[in-house]
Amino acid sequence: MIHKRIVTSFIATLALSLSAVSVFATADEAAKQKGLDISKEAKARDAGWVDGTADMLMILRNKQGQESTREIKTKTLEVLDDGDKSLTVFNKPRDVKGTAFLSFSHPVGNDDQWLYLPALKRVKRISSRNKSGPFMGSEFSFEDLSSFEIEKYTYNYLGDETVDGLDSFMVEQFPVDENSGYTRRIVWIDKAEYRLLKITFYDRKNSLLKTLTYQGYNQYINKHWRPDSALMINHQSGKSTELKWTNYAFKTGLQDDDFNRNTLKRVR
Amino acid sequence: MKIKNNIVNLACTGLVGLALPVTAFSAEFEVSGKVGVEQRYFDEKGQFNEQLSHGQASIFIEPELYWSWNNGNDSLTFKPFYRKDQHDDERTHGDIRELSYIHASDNWELRAGIRKEFWGVTEFQHLVDVINQTDTVEDFDGEDKLGQLMLNFSMVQDFGIIDIYVLPGFRERTFAGSEGRLRGPLTVNTENVSYESSDEEKHIDFALRWSHSIGAFDIGSYWFHGTNREPILTPVMVGNKLVLNQYYNQMDQFGLDVQATIDDWLWKFETIYRNTEEDDFWAAQAGFEYSFVGVFDSNTDLGLLVEYGWDSRGDGDNGSMGAAIQNDLFFGSRLAFNDMQSSEVLFGFGADLDHNAFSFVLEANRRFGESFKASLDVRLFQSTSSTDLLYSIKDDDHLQLGIEYYF
Repeated sequence: MIHKRIVTSFIATLALSLSAVSVFATADEAAKQKGLDISKEAKARDAGWVDGTADMLMILRNKQGQESTREIKTKTLEVLDDGDKSLTVFNKPRDVKGTAFLSFSHPVGNDDQWLYLPALKRVKRISSRNKSGPFMGSEFSFEDLSSFEIEKYTYNYLGDETVDGLDSFMVEQFPVDENSGYTRRIVWIDKAEYRLLKITFYDRKNSLLKTLTYQGYNQYINKHWRPDSALMINHQSGKSTELKWTNYAFKTGLQDDDFNRNTLKRVR
Repeated sequence: MKIKNNIVNLACTGLVGLALPVTAFSAEFEVSGKVGVEQRYFDEKGQFNEQLSHGQASIFIEPELYWSWNNGNDSLTFKPFYRKDQHDDERTHGDIRELSYIHASDNWELRAGIRKEFWGVTEFQHLVDVINQTDTVEDFDGEDKLGQLMLNFSMVQDFGIIDIYVLPGFRERTFAGSEGRLRGPLTVNTENVSYESSDEEKHIDFALRWSHSIGAFDIGSYWFHGTNREPILTPVMVGNKLVLNQYYNQMDQFGLDVQATIDDWLWKFETIYRNTEEDDFWAAQAGFEYSFVGVFDSNTDLGLLVEYGWDSRGDGDNGSMGAAIQNDLFFGSRLAFNDMQSSEVLFGFGADLDHNAFSFVLEANRRFGESFKASLDVRLFQSTSSTDLLYSIKDDDHLQLGIEYYF
């Protein structure tokens, strides 16, 4: 009898857990779909900025509090059926002044990237596989600064949380690219305006590596929200990098013609 | 030091530094540049009589003045350069690296004045790079160039970029003087330079280049017609001294450079065909660069480079000069630490497979603070065969320390 009871209860448990699995499976699918939907909505709400320019200050700080500053100008062209095109030019540090970077990003596969070295007047096509490496010695990697494309991740909705008093979605993003430096990132997107408020990054061993927070959102041309600053803290090294943006402009009339090797050589 | 200003305001008051909003009509004026000190130390005394013995110090300045207006579509750049060398009178020299006007339209640009233009993809030799004369006294690597007067019309088309160059005015190559190191047994005479063309240094050269990016491939091809940048050097007696006279012939040169960027691999190929009165030849430089990202569990990137250089003239015989790089193999390694100071170390090793000749270079540099940069270079040469070009600099192993201030 005892034996039979155990078997019965085992079967019952099994049945229960089986149904639980299927409940979880549907819940899992729903979470994936919701995660994707939120990310698509965030992307869709910001679409239509056409082109943009901005000045960016990058302040690097090490554990001892020593600072180093990079002054960067960016020009970006929105490309609806492919990744965006961008031109980035350095003004500081002075020894790299005039160094410029041209990127044609693609949602899937490697981006096309060229670097201009003003001392040699040389344009160099560079490998874009280096996604996880630091950008100019900062805590931002190349992939952190590349344009957000839906195809670059798979998604999972984790729930809701309040960030800086704003009711937000919490979405897990898993990079599709095997060269990514991350196993996953968790993003917090506010429900009202679908702005990125915070991102946590998990390294290849799935340990918490960095936290990025955005501050001072302003709305431009009645549609596009852009932050005034962002702070990336590396929890493993104790270093941090702060970004400060000024002179945001949109629909400035940039064309496809403004993104080629000729413009790369004379951009300032 | 950056000054943004409004032309009218600048004209009326002469004041600079007022932060006025930039409009389409405003002009931008910028002064930047660098000054530096450099100290070389040669391990051994020179092979030739008058050469400096061990230490060689020098200072240089290279400011850059930049004006732009019409929303950046018109710009003017002025970049003079001057170096004062402790010993070598030829290395004490100045040059206008750039005095150039650019007008940019939607898909074409006009560039006029003294400029520098770089072509090519390889690292150990720049075969296809032909527009500017090499400023040989500046540095051993041949990457320093003299400004070239030009009119360059550039068009961006669906099938690539077309560049047309008209190059009036030729620049003679610079060579180390009698006290200088890193030279052959005879010094080069800067007087009595002769030319094949009756127009001499006033010959107007011409070049046409097409370049394009197709998927993973970056391709460039050109044809150049004009004065050969490489002189033929002939020993002559001047007074009671044997010197080398420079002779520049005319050349037609075809060039092709291709880089394939496939994942972490950069595949590089350059070739030229040169036709002159004296000889016709082919030369090529080919190799690859591979990058390891984040080695040793750090932020450091490690790049490995291998290149091979070939020249149809071979290593020369009694009848011809031959080529310096004719059957040479190069290995290199680049370590980029990706730190706050952008620290970098580069090693290079070259071997002439026809002679017992080797060269080794190490270049390391990092930033100090926001505006200083320090560099350390080590160059070692070895040659036991007196017919090899490296033989004359086999005792010129040296260490070079440089500090540059950027403003």
